Amino acid sequence: MEQNELRELEHLCIQECAPWCVSTCPIHVDVRAICRAMAQKDFVTASQLVRKTIPFPRIISKICDHPCEKTCKRGELGDAIAIRSLERAALDWASSENVRVRILPAKNKRVAIVGAGLSGLTAAIDLARKGYECLVIESADRPGGSILDYPETDLPKSEIEADFQILSDSKIALEFHKKLGKDCSITDIGNRYDAVYLGIGGRTLDAVETACFSGKKLEIDPVTFETGFKGVFAGGSIRRLDTLYSPITSISDGRRAAISIDRFLQGVSITASRDNEGPYQTRLFTSMVGVEYGDRIPAVSPHGDYSEEEAVDEAQRCLTCECMECVKVCEFLSSFEGYPKKYVRQIYNNLSIVMGQRHGNKLINSCSLCGLCKEVCPEDLHMGNVCKAAREIMVSRNKMPPSTHEFAIQDMEFSNSDKCSLIRHQPGTDSSAFVFFPGCRLSGSLPQNVQNAYRFLTQCLSNGVGLILGCCGAPAEWAGRQEDFCRVSEHILEKWHEMGSPTVIAACSSCYEIFRKSLPQNKLRSLWEIIDTYGIPDDSHKHVGITLAIHDPCSSRHEPGVHRSVRNILEKLGCDVHELGLSRNLTECCGYGGLMCFANRDLVSRVINRRIRSSPHDFVTYCAVCQDHFLSQGKNTMHLLELVFEKRGSENVLNRPVSYSSIRQGRLFLKRSLLREFWRDNLNSTQENEMIKLYLSDTIQDLMACRMILTDDVQKVIQFAEQSGRKLVNKSNGHFLAHHTLGNVTCWVEYSSFEEGFVIHNVYSHRMKVLEASGS
Amino acid sequence: MSGYIKNEEAGHWLCNACGTELTFGMIEVHYMGSGYPVELPSCPKCGQVFITEDLATIKMAEIEKLLEDK
Ligand code: SF4
Ligand code: SF4
Ligand code: SF4
Ligand SMILES: [Zn+2]
Repeated sequence: MEQNELRELEHLCIQECAPWCVSTCPIHVDVRAICRAMAQKDFVTASQLVRKTIPFPRIISKICDHPCEKTCKRGELGDAIAIRSLERAALDWASSENVRVRILPAKNKRVAIVGAGLSGLTAAIDLARKGYECLVIESADRPGGSILDYPETDLPKSEIEADFQILSDSKIALEFHKKLGKDCSITDIGNRYDAVYLGIGGRTLDAVETACFSGKKLEIDPVTFETGFKGVFAGGSIRRLDTLYSPITSISDGRRAAISIDRFLQGVSITASRDNEGPYQTRLFTSMVGVEYGDRIPAVSPHGDYSEEEAVDEAQRCLTCECMECVKVCEFLSSFEGYPKKYVRQIYNNLSIVMGQRHGNKLINSCSLCGLCKEVCPEDLHMGNVCKAAREIMVSRNKMPPSTHEFAIQDMEFSNSDKCSLIRHQPGTDSSAFVFFPGCRLSGSLPQNVQNAYRFLTQCLSNGVGLILGCCGAPAEWAGRQEDFCRVSEHILEKWHEMGSPTVIAACSSCYEIFRKSLPQNKLRSLWEIIDTYGIPDDSHKHVGITLAIHDPCSSRHEPGVHRSVRNILEKLGCDVHELGLSRNLTECCGYGGLMCFANRDLVSRVINRRIRSSPHDFVTYCAVCQDHFLSQGKNTMHLLELVFEKRGSENVLNRPVSYSSIRQGRLFLKRSLLREFWRDNLNSTQENEMIKLYLSDTIQDLMACRMILTDDVQKVIQFAEQSGRKLVNKSNGHFLAHHTLGNVTCWVEYSSFEEGFVIHNVYSHRMKVLEASGS
Repeated sequence: MSGYIKNEEAGHWLCNACGTELTFGMIEVHYMGSGYPVELPSCPKCGQVFITEDLATIKMAEIEKLLEDK
């Protein structure tokens, strides 16, 4: 994905689309914000919002035909929000009065408005604000037009007067008793004014057409309100001869015509970017899950207006419609306090920075790429794909912070090094119909069970089950390192071809997901499918009566076959399976996907916490990393392989996650142990520093995990210090402090000798290079 | 960057090989192509430096991040 394509995805997110009330309101009063303010008893803000958009708020809040209420989302479950009554209450219960009229500098252009109804007066006010000199010509003896027909009980004259104060404040001239075509001609007006707006209502239309336009019908453009006569615009009831009077649509017409007149007088395009003026269909989605049926709050007062308390209660019924579907289910998205539309913008801008701090790096690197967002998004936006594309762009431009993914990539390289990797046909054969690929994490975390699984496979499948130990390249893919990924992936494919293209049996969902893209479909199976098909070993421990909540790894999201097999296996084992609220295609990531845990440690612990609190039951999963992550916060979690192959109950599960160091040890162990059992091959590869014995307390092990310092690193530092004598000694406790630069990291170890090994008191590291003098 | 390590912190340590007290001096540190002189304690004889846990995990980490995001 290129940077520009990425930008276009921003459009998919509908979170910023207007709610139904706003998009249906012809002048787009911000009803949602008004409700939000009133729900918090903030009548001042609410009334300011009302006055900001509605030119005649007292009149409109009495007689508006409120089309907004017809589409209000709340109406799907009970009554729509009483929007007009709330606008009224905002004015009634706020202390502030009319907004001050602000007028731009005079433009030396004059506009004549014919008809002092709501559309004409709105056009006049909007144009006057922009600095045009406006004259309103009216055939009656006062302004108002159709609204003067309302009975006093519905619309008191005092309200009209109060609202019309703005006309004199805006310095709009009014001339009464003047009929167009009788007391003045359109040519005459055209000569004296730069533009004309006809807001004459339906009743006099024919007469005007005959008198002024030689009987020609006025054709009013529904978007620009042009009439076909240059400089003459028209709108208001004249456009709706056979429908009921709509005060708010008249206001909208006047406002939209004023935009056209302004553009006409400035000589700019009248038609450009006029989307979403007037009522339109919004793209917004708002979930009704959890919304209860609700009736409108009745007004007790006889005139039907709300009291303060009633208004607050009614406003609180508003759903403050928005989407946020993905943010609700994703800790990452909520932790950056925005939503995808904003994030895509931020990411795009971050990529565009040439000089200066890139504050978006953390955002880009924190996503787990798990794809849950896409599953719940009404528009199918996949933020993971956005973040991954951004990472690839950063890597290609050499702008990825080097520390972020280095550890994970080194771990991948370690798995694929000679120390751990292994590629063999089944002993005694020289061809393979199948090849088992346990993956690097499972190999490191549960080496014994990988060995059990391999033994099982060789027993139930015929025609040769080969073995490949190594990493599938997922870390490189997640880090956006396309070159590294291709290198790893091509190497595996090459070896796979050399083996005769056997069917790959993957144990890890992430490997499975990676191979899905590179292998032909009929050449990939999951270990779980095989176990399900051939049956669990006869001597499997039965876990009858034990309830386990199943956590599907996020990389299994689109593999319903895997989900089914795993559940079948659990059933055969006698377990009661509890389904989590978010499972299968809606499952959550444990916080390892996308290398989230290397970019944002705090976020990961919140992600884990959220997941483990979703059920009181112990968990079972089929990904070694998920298991480790949940264990790290004290959640009893079994790996499915443990249930299948270990002769013990789930009450005896590990209670401590495996560390990065022991994962490495596990991989080394696995290779040696498999070679010994299956190929009768005794490897002797212990390196010198592995002979250095360390005493590590739990606190130090936690510190090492958190600072991503390996046992191996500590051994190397001590080995260097002891051999070179280069170390500091503490005067009071005799501890040594030594440092050594390993790759890009300088590692410090505080230690003391104990028996035949060393006790570790502290470890820390930094990446900055210190130019240390080598001595005088 | 200066004054990140206090006298009394450095005062706890001796160079093991030379048996000397550490002394403060300007030492160059660099990362991502930017370099700064920093006042740090080191052995006056063999040059071995001393960096505290706080300097490494707080201040240096902060500067590393700033430079990496540039
Ligand atoms: S519920 Fe509130 S925000 Fe949603 S459409 Fe109705 S008034 Fe508007
Ligand atoms: S991919 Fe996963 S972590 Fe990333 S935004 Fe989507 S749901 Fe959140
Ligand atoms: S689900 Fe998320 S990305 Fe999709 S439209 Fe809603 S807020 Fe935007
Ligand atoms: Zn020295």
